[in-house]
Amino acid sequence: MTAVRVRRGPTAIILWLAFILACGVVVSRSQFTADLSAFLPKSPTPAQRLLLEQIRDGLASRLILVGIEGADAPTRAGLSRQIARRLRAESAFVSVDNGEPVNSERDRAYLFDHRYLLSPAVTPARFSADGLHAALADSIDLLASPGGLLMKSLLPRDPTGEMVKLLEQQEGGSRPKMVDGAWASKDGQRALLLLQTRASGADTDAQQAAMTAIRQAFAAAAAASPAATPAATLVMTGPGVFSVTSRETIKDQVGRLSIISVVLIATLLLLVYRSFSALALGFLPVISGALAGIAAVSLGFGEVHGITLGFGTALIGEAVDYSIYLFVQSERGGPDQQDWVARFWPTVRLGMLTSIAGFASLLLSGFPGLAQLGLYSMAGLVAAAAVTRFVLPHLLPANFRIHDVSAIGRVLSRLVRRAASLRWPAALLLLAACAVLFMHRADLWNDKISSLSPVSPADVALDARLRADLGAPDVRYLVVVSGADRESVLRASERVSAILQNEVDQGELAGFESPSRYLPSIATQRARQASLPAHAVLAARLAQAVRGLPVHARLFAPFLADVAAARHQPLLRAADLEHTSMAMALSALLIQRHGRWSALLPLTAARGVAIDADRMRAALRTMGTNGSKGANATIGPPDVLFVDMKAESDRLYSGYLHEAILLSLGGLAAIIALLLAVFRQPTRVARIIAPLAAAVVTVTAGLAVLGQQLIILHLVGLLLVVAVGSNYALFFDRVAPTEHGISPRTLASILFANLTTVAGFGLLAFSKVAILQAMGATVAPGVVLALIYAAIFARQADE
Amino acid sequence: MSAPSASPSPRLTRCLLLALLLGPAVAHAAGWDIDQLMRALAQIRSDHARFVEKKTIAMLDRPVESSGELFYSAPDHLEKRTIKPKPETMILDHGTLVIARGRQRRELQLQDYPELAAFIDSIRATLAGDRKALERSYRLSLEGTAEHWTLQLLPLAEQAVVKQIRIAGAGDAVRSIAITQADGDSSLMLIEPLAAP
Repeated sequence: MTAVRVRRGPTAIILWLAFILACGVVVSRSQFTADLSAFLPKSPTPAQRLLLEQIRDGLASRLILVGIEGADAPTRAGLSRQIARRLRAESAFVSVDNGEPVNSERDRAYLFDHRYLLSPAVTPARFSADGLHAALADSIDLLASPGGLLMKSLLPRDPTGEMVKLLEQQEGGSRPKMVDGAWASKDGQRALLLLQTRASGADTDAQQAAMTAIRQAFAAAAAASPAATPAATLVMTGPGVFSVTSRETIKDQVGRLSIISVVLIATLLLLVYRSFSALALGFLPVISGALAGIAAVSLGFGEVHGITLGFGTALIGEAVDYSIYLFVQSERGGPDQQDWVARFWPTVRLGMLTSIAGFASLLLSGFPGLAQLGLYSMAGLVAAAAVTRFVLPHLLPANFRIHDVSAIGRVLSRLVRRAASLRWPAALLLLAACAVLFMHRADLWNDKISSLSPVSPADVALDARLRADLGAPDVRYLVVVSGADRESVLRASERVSAILQNEVDQGELAGFESPSRYLPSIATQRARQASLPAHAVLAARLAQAVRGLPVHARLFAPFLADVAAARHQPLLRAADLEHTSMAMALSALLIQRHGRWSALLPLTAARGVAIDADRMRAALRTMGTNGSKGANATIGPPDVLFVDMKAESDRLYSGYLHEAILLSLGGLAAIIALLLAVFRQPTRVARIIAPLAAAVVTVTAGLAVLGQQLIILHLVGLLLVVAVGSNYALFFDRVAPTEHGISPRTLASILFANLTTVAGFGLLAFSKVAILQAMGATVAPGVVLALIYAAIFARQADE
Repeated sequence: MSAPSASPSPRLTRCLLLALLLGPAVAHAAGWDIDQLMRALAQIRSDHARFVEKKTIAMLDRPVESSGELFYSAPDHLEKRTIKPKPETMILDHGTLVIARGRQRRELQLQDYPELAAFIDSIRATLAGDRKALERSYRLSLEGTAEHWTLQLLPLAEQAVVKQIRIAGAGDAVRSIAITQADGDSSLMLIEPLAAP
């Protein structure tokens, strides 16, 4: 590097080095994420915020579903029990369920000891003589039935069958069947475990640690039972698992793509430059841009999404353009770089500004992910251009020269001169593209949020299978009750439960969960306690009640004692649930956040009956009127919301998609305004914009013809086509009418710039991650078309 | 004491009479054992019967009676439809037990409920002629003839809920099932065949 001649501007170089160092520090401290929530809108209504919080770290996000396949059933069940034993000792898991009766003793004790506070059947009428008679008769009937055997020992203490009621409630959901002492799938071919992590599903690192713990437990269990070790395999799924695998996929893809694209672009440039120092220098703006982009996003958002990095990879192909312009357009020999600055920099700068005008619109997007892309692009392009303009010329060696590309340029010149003859065919193609767009106008956009998911279809299928096996709630439908305090929310939940129970009885629902089932409101507990008669009263009524029944009242002395104790039993509080499996359910279903309490009541669809959302909403609306007539309306009715998580998030997404479309149009308007401000000639601006618009229309039509529905990332791609293409159009435009067309050298530089961009983004088109693929498939053909259209519609020297 | 030559001895006469009455059954009885019973029972592919069950429970002053119908289809589908006093259906299918009472429906895995399993699977295994399954939990002994047999099941486990099960039948038809529990409670189910559905 002795040949490096620092002529002017050591200040620029020092500033640049300091800048790179600062960026490096920021980048090294950056947090990298890959969860889909970055592509979820961030500022919806309070109810929608709750929904998004649920997606990010609600109960459903914390579930890991585990399957053990292969080997034989006893081996699988044995592995399941050993894995469960190991994981129960780990604090990372709140619960590890495989059907083993771990908590069942404590659960039963909680239910039995508090049955008179918990059972919805406890009313004054039930403890009247008639009520007792009916309840006793029922219990005696039950004794005669096959199931009665289980209840026989309870009869003296619980003749009204409250425990049976509570157990029936608990067993409402469908449970997997037991095979050899552990849960197994319906076909018996897979042992099943359901785990709940302490960390939220959005905490990808913690989820990854949990997955590692599960794998280790499996490996240790398998090593301990060598009989069928090689045959047994472990499968996992769940939102956290998806986050982890997505992050790995994205990391893997980004890593591989960036290596390939650097190699590809370097090879291309080496072929053109035939100079290693030119190649190395050419990458300086790229590296500066990438560092600046990541640092800006990290500072602006607190974290950097993997998709942003993937996008950054592709942007290498764009940032390298500036140095290509500098090297190729400069006349040969040292002092000409200053000449380039004078002749070409204004054009390059204008191209950069139009790009930034386009991307600035993304900053306004409600999608943090989209805003990240916008900020990354702006910071990256400004840094790359600035380094090219202010630093790179000072670093060029005195004898710097690249391979002469005039020959290629002359060939291109001849082609461009003939390009005008393609105007009519191009116009026809454009017309056809417009027709295609018109035909597909209804289904052009994919407004399902799942279209953004980086999860492979095979993983989605596995998830569906394990969920069906486990009967795990898919938590698509929820009733959300929110209010100012726990008590009012629990009371509203009880009213909602009554309505939902009615739907269950009518077969519209298979079941539902409610926090009030585990922890009734204080008011309800008091009311139940008040339903219990005093000892003497109850004894008298009991004596009356047993008339005509084949039992003696004296059998129920334990019942009298239990009721007497229950009348003065301290009311249940959340702490009483500790060490039962219901504590976990309660903490998932009853949430305090931002000073507000929310109760979640997930619904389970009856087999073969889809949940009728309108019917549920209508049923819940009746509560509003009945509820306000209730005993105590002073607190004000808590909000009750029926939420279809899937429809809701799709609706949110499509809302933000439309916002993004508007923002992109805004970006286009900003570009036009900028050009108008610079040129003050509408026809000239139209001439610059025309090839870009044509490229956008043609690419979009092409995607539609190929059956690709557009997602929000296609839109970003289209914006990039405009941003990159504007450089080409500006170069074609800057030809003075006196010159003989665009210079061969400039043409060659545009072609190389175009090729590097196509190489960078073309690779993305082969990515397995849908979001990256969408961008690649849009930008690569788009910039080629933009160049061709720019050549075809360029002002000819003789015009 | 009379001369043996004068007339056929009364013992022989009785034997002959019996042989005439019973016909080929006696020939059968010669080799009658549990295996034969099990084979005969295993022949039955499906069955439909009426039942009356009487349960004697210490807590209750008098026995509770229930009645209804039984359906069986080999080898592991058994339905007990109680009609009186309260309609209730119990269906055992491949180890899954569904109990439906009114609108309530409970689904249990039999192996989770050893007490219930002792009751129900012993009946199912007997109907299926599944000696292996029976011998996993019980010691078997057979009394009587092919036309009037009683199979006794005594649990192998020390702490079993069931003390004894006695299943009586004629030929390949089960006629009654008597269960005595360890706590002294007992039940007797009388079964009367109906035409197969």
